[in-house]
Amino acid sequence: MNIHEYQAKALFETFGVPAPRGAAAKSAAEFDAALASLPEGPTMVKSQIHAGGRGKGTFTNGYKGGVKFCKTKAEAKEIAGKMLGETLVTIQTGPAGRKVQTVYFTAASDIKKEYYLAILLDRATSRPVIVASTEGGVEIEKVAHDTPEKIHKIFVDPAYGLADFQVRELIFQLGLTGVEAKNAAKLIRNLYTCYWETDAAMVEVNPLITTPTGDVLALDAKVSFDDNALFRHPEIVALRDLNEEDSKEIEASKYSLSYIALDGNIACLVNGAGLAMSTMDIIKHFGGTPANFLDVGGGASKDQVIAAFKIILGDPNVKGILVNIFGGIMDCNVIAQGIVEAVKEVGLKLPLVVRLEGNNVAAGKATLANSGLTLVSGDTMADAAQKIVKLVAA
Amino acid sequence: MSILITPETKILIQGITGEFGARHTRLSLDYGTKVVAGVTPGKGGQFFEYKEHKVPIFNSVAEAAKATGATVSAIFVPPPFAADAILEGVDAGLDLAVAITEGIPVRDMVRVKRAMQGRHTRLLGPNCPGVVTPGAGKDSQGGCRIGIAPGYIHKRGHVGVVSRSGTLTYEAVFQLTSKNIGQTTCVGIGGDPVNGTSHLDVIKQFNDDPETHGIIMIGEIGGNAEVEAARWIKAHCKKPVAGFIAGATAPAGRRMGHAGAIVGGAEDTAAAKIAVFKECGIEVAVTPSDMADALLRAAKAKGVVLT
Repeated sequence: MNIHEYQAKALFETFGVPAPRGAAAKSAAEFDAALASLPEGPTMVKSQIHAGGRGKGTFTNGYKGGVKFCKTKAEAKEIAGKMLGETLVTIQTGPAGRKVQTVYFTAASDIKKEYYLAILLDRATSRPVIVASTEGGVEIEKVAHDTPEKIHKIFVDPAYGLADFQVRELIFQLGLTGVEAKNAAKLIRNLYTCYWETDAAMVEVNPLITTPTGDVLALDAKVSFDDNALFRHPEIVALRDLNEEDSKEIEASKYSLSYIALDGNIACLVNGAGLAMSTMDIIKHFGGTPANFLDVGGGASKDQVIAAFKIILGDPNVKGILVNIFGGIMDCNVIAQGIVEAVKEVGLKLPLVVRLEGNNVAAGKATLANSGLTLVSGDTMADAAQKIVKLVAA
Repeated sequence: MSILITPETKILIQGITGEFGARHTRLSLDYGTKVVAGVTPGKGGQFFEYKEHKVPIFNSVAEAAKATGATVSAIFVPPPFAADAILEGVDAGLDLAVAITEGIPVRDMVRVKRAMQGRHTRLLGPNCPGVVTPGAGKDSQGGCRIGIAPGYIHKRGHVGVVSRSGTLTYEAVFQLTSKNIGQTTCVGIGGDPVNGTSHLDVIKQFNDDPETHGIIMIGEIGGNAEVEAARWIKAHCKKPVAGFIAGATAPAGRRMGHAGAIVGGAEDTAAAKIAVFKECGIEVAVTPSDMADALLRAAKAKGVVLT
């Protein structure tokens, strides 16, 4: 689960991770109150969407830049009016962009130098890793690729926690001394506590800055959480912004379906994540384009299948459907009956190819064949994929 | 021989009285698996009764293991309590803990994995279908089935299967059995970013197992476990190996069902992993329908008989 920058900064504050003073506004009526809480002088206006590249983004109304520096609060108020309610397109949003429903004002900081700081899971060691670099404010993937020696990593032993010597090591590698070193050490320790205590998947501060007066501040903040751990963090679940999520994905989650919208035209409905991924792959392999990832889980109950069909058909790009079920424990005939009922209930008009395999498959195939529905049966995944690709192309 | 478990292995079920655990306990008993104990705290002294079976239930894993000689545990405990259940098995000194539970917080697994360092117990999973060593009977009955895989699709034989995905494992096993090619052991290592046994751990065991003549390794996007295993295979494994990687069409940065199936960078894409497989002499299945055939091609090239 992702949260907005302004929410992440509020979270940082509770853990003692300093950031420039800021205030969010969800409507133009809130601009004055938000700005009143900030000091006079240069102010930043930042569009709040769950996507990176905001500064270089363009609004669909032609206005350029989702993050702006303003010399005065009056100017900030004017600029915020150009962002709020408008749709921002960045390299991460796709061409449709995202509607800006919140703007965030912060006091503009004097920047002495920019750094990069992030904490996430290192899968190879199964430990948290703190990643830092002297190259802040730019894309960290590019730094890692071009100048890997400028990326510093600290692996944290989960049994002991982050050790002081490790923090010192990182500080020295970043070349910080004196009051900056002291402030940075405190920030890193507190950021780690924030990461660990909130079950974050990743906390990223890019850039982290030093100021001429020796302060160390999180100028930006990107935080995401481990979905599996949300059950023990109601305070974080409360931060979820459904406006930022695909409506079909929200609907799918109500039925314990794992659905991800893609931009192709062949929808698929599969049981199991690995099989669902490879069903998308095999559609592509035979020249089609998958419209979605959809895992109905090991059970594939009738209600789930009906819900899945409705979600799939909510995507106007879909021109055909491939159902791929390996009924290991489940009786294929029960699944077939579920498919038949679902197709009848939603009044499906599009080409449908069903590949069923597993337990009691002969009865399942007979149910499909005798259903009176114009569906096509596929024997193997390859056979089914080729059939649906052909039907959609026709 | 097989790896990890044999038809004689005595197993206990943590969470035997839950709906999910009970259902799969019955299926394992039908398969002929030696389920000798169940553990549900607070229900010690009761019995899990099914057909002619009367499986004693204990309050703790240590008690169950001591009383019955069980050496392996299958964990069907809900996510908030699953990490604790794994550690209980480790503390009882079990040989193997198989965590079926999906949805365990990553932080819990990070702590569990650290706590298991230097301990005797091996962990399989979490978020895995379990492990099956097929038996010699009809529909491979008489084997050891731990977890949720359909037992009847297996056949005793000489191919080892290791995979992060449940249904893709069944797909591979089904293809093999349909071609009359049996399996030594089929191992699901799970789709989570932090898991116990890795692809490489399983591959090493298959390599050492004289009855395993060929290996199918199934992976997906995310992490570098398949790459690590492939490089080891290139250096040390003489047996024919076929590989498949799911997720070639997955968009970057999105979790594809499995918590661990996410493209984080250029290194963990399907294309990058497939390239390493090829470089390491692994026969790549071009589609999931091609997994058994890919192994047959690899075996033919090395002059190995799989049946």
